[in-house]
Amino acid sequence: MKERSQRWLSASLLAVATAVLAAGPVAMSVQVKNAQMRATPSFLGAMVAPLNYGDRLQVVEQQGDWAKVTTPDGKTGWVHNSALTKKKIAMSAGDASAQTAASTDEMALAGKGFNAAVEADFRARNQQVDFTWVDRMERLKVTPEQMEKFLKEGGIVVNEGGKP
Amino acid sequence: MKTRQDNGWRGGWLVLTTCAAWLVSGCSTVTQVGTMVGQATGVVSADQAESINKSAAAVEKTFQDITPEQEYYIGRAVTATVLSTYKPFDHEKANAYLNLLGQTVAQFSPKPETFGGYHFLLLDSDEVNAFAAPGGLITISRGMVRCCQTEDELVAVLAHEVSHVNLQHGLKAIKKGRLTSALTTLGLAAGQTLAGSELAQVTQAFEGSISDITTTMMNNGYARTTEYEADRGAVAIMKRLGYDPSALVTMLERMKTRLKPDGHDFAKTHPSPDARIAELRKALGTFTPPPVAAARQQRFEQAMGGI
Repeated sequence: MKERSQRWLSASLLAVATAVLAAGPVAMSVQVKNAQMRATPSFLGAMVAPLNYGDRLQVVEQQGDWAKVTTPDGKTGWVHNSALTKKKIAMSAGDASAQTAASTDEMALAGKGFNAAVEADFRARNQQVDFTWVDRMERLKVTPEQMEKFLKEGGIVVNEGGKP
Repeated sequence: MKTRQDNGWRGGWLVLTTCAAWLVSGCSTVTQVGTMVGQATGVVSADQAESINKSAAAVEKTFQDITPEQEYYIGRAVTATVLSTYKPFDHEKANAYLNLLGQTVAQFSPKPETFGGYHFLLLDSDEVNAFAAPGGLITISRGMVRCCQTEDELVAVLAHEVSHVNLQHGLKAIKKGRLTSALTTLGLAAGQTLAGSELAQVTQAFEGSISDITTTMMNNGYARTTEYEADRGAVAIMKRLGYDPSALVTMLERMKTRLKPDGHDFAKTHPSPDARIAELRKALGTFTPPPVAAARQQRFEQAMGGI
């Protein structure tokens, strides 16, 4: 009986240790072209540093839909989860890791599949389809400062509890 | 009465034969069986059945392989295709206001970060229409803006479109199997730059995907349930952002008076405003609308008044 309870105890200690390890930093990658690291978990938070596609970050804390991350050069801030993926992103076909990137679930090859080359080929085959205004649309950007001013002037009180 | 009984019997017989046919052919999903029965009994049309099946099939592996980067390129080509049918409305002030509003809405949606971000553009068309391309390129007709008399109502329209992007409804319209051949090519060519016949094969899958999405968005419409899902998403975003979600109901009431029965727009591609309102009532619940600041109405009229 004693032996069994000891076994149970060591098993549960092992489980606790595993849980503690699992709660440590998790590595994630930036999966969007540009993202911002912010001082607080909010889009209205001050910008700490810009992040780029493929950047590898350590997630040290989760708060709602936001992750507190540190960069390899030691900067810390908050990023929305939708900008992150668990996959490691191989940035070019020349990467040593790229050979396996296209076929494993843990890796993604940047520029794989539908990419700039495929768009160029599509445009050559469909010359009546004009991308001029698509490019112009993408240049229409709103800064967090403009957004905050817009909300304030409109008397809009964001529901804090539901903030993404 | 006799005719109704006859119809009822015929419907039941069709269900039986459909089920028998399924047993023989081996339908692969519960959804497909459901839509076959629905079609046989006349509950759903062939187009709707196709749409439901496509949505269900899209959850499969090939769909998951579409990265945000690929979604971005799909969205660009979808929007370029929309813009080859509809002219953009080149009005700097109105488009700037639309982006201020739309990008703020997107930031408070469940999926605020996409590869290339959310961007909005007005279309120079009297039709009541709006298109949400994968990745967040959203185009809205002047006719649609005219259904809105307040900023809150325009936010409702934008939040509905942002929800379509959040829920990846565009991508789910890509026909099953469309991407399989392209992905096989990619598997073979892993780590190399595509060229020649391999590039041609991937471009073909790309063209087909763009066509599936634009046909669904511009001609066939999504399944009714898909639209209701986007409406529910819009309500959630508006509540979170602090706009009045019942503005979606008042906007739909006005849309109802502006849609023409034979219209080639929301009259064709969306459930009727009445049906959407009935569904919305369930999602709205009891909610005290926040007060509307005078400045909000003033800036809406300044930017969109002449539309």
